[in-house]
Amino acid sequence: MSQAILFKGIDEPGLNTIDVYVKRGGYEQLRRVLTTMTPEAVTEELLASGLRGRGGAGFPTGKKVSFIPAANVDKYLVCNADESEPGTFKDRELMQKSPHMLIEGLVIGAYAAGATRSFIYIRGEYVEQADIIDAAMLEAQEAGFIGENLLGSGFSLSLVLHRGAGAYICGEETGLLDSLEGKRGNPRLKPPFPANQGLYQGPTLINNVETLATIPHILAMGGAEYAKIGTETSAGTKLVSVSGNVRRPGNYEVELGTPSREIIYGLAGGPPEGREVKMWFPGGSSSPVLEPKDLDLPYDFNTLQKAGSMLGSGAIIVVDDSVAVVSVALKLAKFYRHESCGKCTPCREGTRWTVSMLERVDAGLATPMDLDIMASVQEQIIGNCLCVLGDAMAMPIGSMVKKFRAEFEAHIEAARDRNPYGGDDPGGRDGLDPVLVQGAADA
Amino acid sequence: MIGRKKKQAAAEAPSETNGNVGTVATRDLPPAPQRTVTRFGHGSRVPGWDDAVDLTKDPAEVPDPATTPVDAGLRAEIEAHMAKYPDFRSAAIPALAAAQRFHGWCSPEAIEQAACVMRLTPGYLISVASFYDMLETQPVGRHRVYVCTNISCSLCGADELMARLLEETAGDPDFNVRSFECLGACDIAPMASVNDIYVGPISLDDVPALVEQIRAGVPPLPNKQLHLRKSTDPNAAS
Repeated sequence: MSQAILFKGIDEPGLNTIDVYVKRGGYEQLRRVLTTMTPEAVTEELLASGLRGRGGAGFPTGKKVSFIPAANVDKYLVCNADESEPGTFKDRELMQKSPHMLIEGLVIGAYAAGATRSFIYIRGEYVEQADIIDAAMLEAQEAGFIGENLLGSGFSLSLVLHRGAGAYICGEETGLLDSLEGKRGNPRLKPPFPANQGLYQGPTLINNVETLATIPHILAMGGAEYAKIGTETSAGTKLVSVSGNVRRPGNYEVELGTPSREIIYGLAGGPPEGREVKMWFPGGSSSPVLEPKDLDLPYDFNTLQKAGSMLGSGAIIVVDDSVAVVSVALKLAKFYRHESCGKCTPCREGTRWTVSMLERVDAGLATPMDLDIMASVQEQIIGNCLCVLGDAMAMPIGSMVKKFRAEFEAHIEAARDRNPYGGDDPGGRDGLDPVLVQGAADA
Repeated sequence: MIGRKKKQAAAEAPSETNGNVGTVATRDLPPAPQRTVTRFGHGSRVPGWDDAVDLTKDPAEVPDPATTPVDAGLRAEIEAHMAKYPDFRSAAIPALAAAQRFHGWCSPEAIEQAACVMRLTPGYLISVASFYDMLETQPVGRHRVYVCTNISCSLCGADELMARLLEETAGDPDFNVRSFECLGACDIAPMASVNDIYVGPISLDDVPALVEQIRAGVPPLPNKQLHLRKSTDPNAAS
């Protein structure tokens, strides 16, 4: 069931201060790494641990570190604390309660990658958490864990906390880099990948908060030992944010490979009295939805991928049977329309037209043929943009239309009966968006 | 399109057939609604659609420090941010946020002053400010109430909460109530960020008290703030 590595005793009062953290054995691994290990040895441990990125893509962390070229240039480490995927709130709890765990992992990660400057890009809405990290950074600096010549090892590292200003796209790594450089957060064309040309055109390692926070624990128990937790291809534990129609929403740390039913029903208490699970998002709102029959799938990267979805950021959103699937789809599509940066046409136009079509479905103006068109729009977004924001809308919406097509059709019929004149065509006379008309582009 | 034509035919049908054709007459149709299209003063349906750019004017240059007074505190704050980064332009967001705190919103003066300190053109900073949701390019009320209306919160009744909050604060220019992208606090859904403090779950009955507390400038819903919440994970207790 739940296994504690990151969350062990995280509610301890004062854990956000360096004194309590050190008393619990904090910064010991950093001390050991800086005084006895080479960067290559740290990378070896990470490779052996089988740790995969916890931000969404699930790329092996050790491999990512090893991609950073050894050349003698300015290298950077960026911690992605933007956590903007709807349904995800694990990094928030981690940063709020144990900021030093993140800082220790970040310094070790920078040492392995040879980075001399590091940044934490935190989303602008997390004001409280940013203040906590600010205070923790000062403490770490005073204790000599950030700065020049750390613990006499000759390794120096600066750390800057950068607060964003509210944009979903800045959680995408290249959008984040542009935002950190003081521009609009538009994603970049890849390749070149950030490992070669990232922040300020220098080699850059970008990792999620949870990934970095796990590093000290891996070094403490040894990479090979860590790899024994979880499944063969998905090692370790994962913080899972469960939300939506469940009785005990919250963050739970589980061993990867735990049956999903155990997380949703066992830990989070399942849907409210008298309700059933209708569908669930296994990895944030960008993951294709799964049905109740998939509840017994083990919760790990490969199984969910095989089931046609993904583990993503580890955010389970449960939707119960009292909710209309069309309203969920419309909510999602509106969100992605608002957050599309507008750089790539398939995403910019695709999100807008999907909203228009879903509004037609909701108003009873659509026909079953519209559903086919909508599905084909989703197919044409996927893989045709610089980043995956468009895909992030297309995958769940496409999967909803596919899996709940009967309900979409029934919704059209019911809306037509309820509203025989169709009301105001939400698409407007020229297909213009009513949101634009009112001049309030709210999600 | 096909669907609409059918309906228009159906709409005209009752008056003509008047009960003669059973299948149509059994449907008791309500009066047809008025279709209204919002238009702006200049006739366009899109704001600013046909506002021409003044081509005779040169693009704004980097503001001259001699003619652009900047508050000393604001200047110091922006310069401190610029010093943190290898490239000073990285400080664009923190500088705009500082200017917004000082001026209330990213007004033309605020942008001009930030541009003056950063030695950038106002156009560059406007391009940044217009991208981010938390940087306001229109005047707004000073109490920021961001209501998360994304998927998890709306499953728990965030839309009703939003409507209630708008109703309760209607006409009060001090309030900036807006729906926001997922705020990353789905465990306390439905929730809102009230002047940067996360509170939730907010029931509809809490709304009048919450609005009063914001007006009075006291901490919002003191027993429902996020930092008080214990972790739900069984291993989290020390």
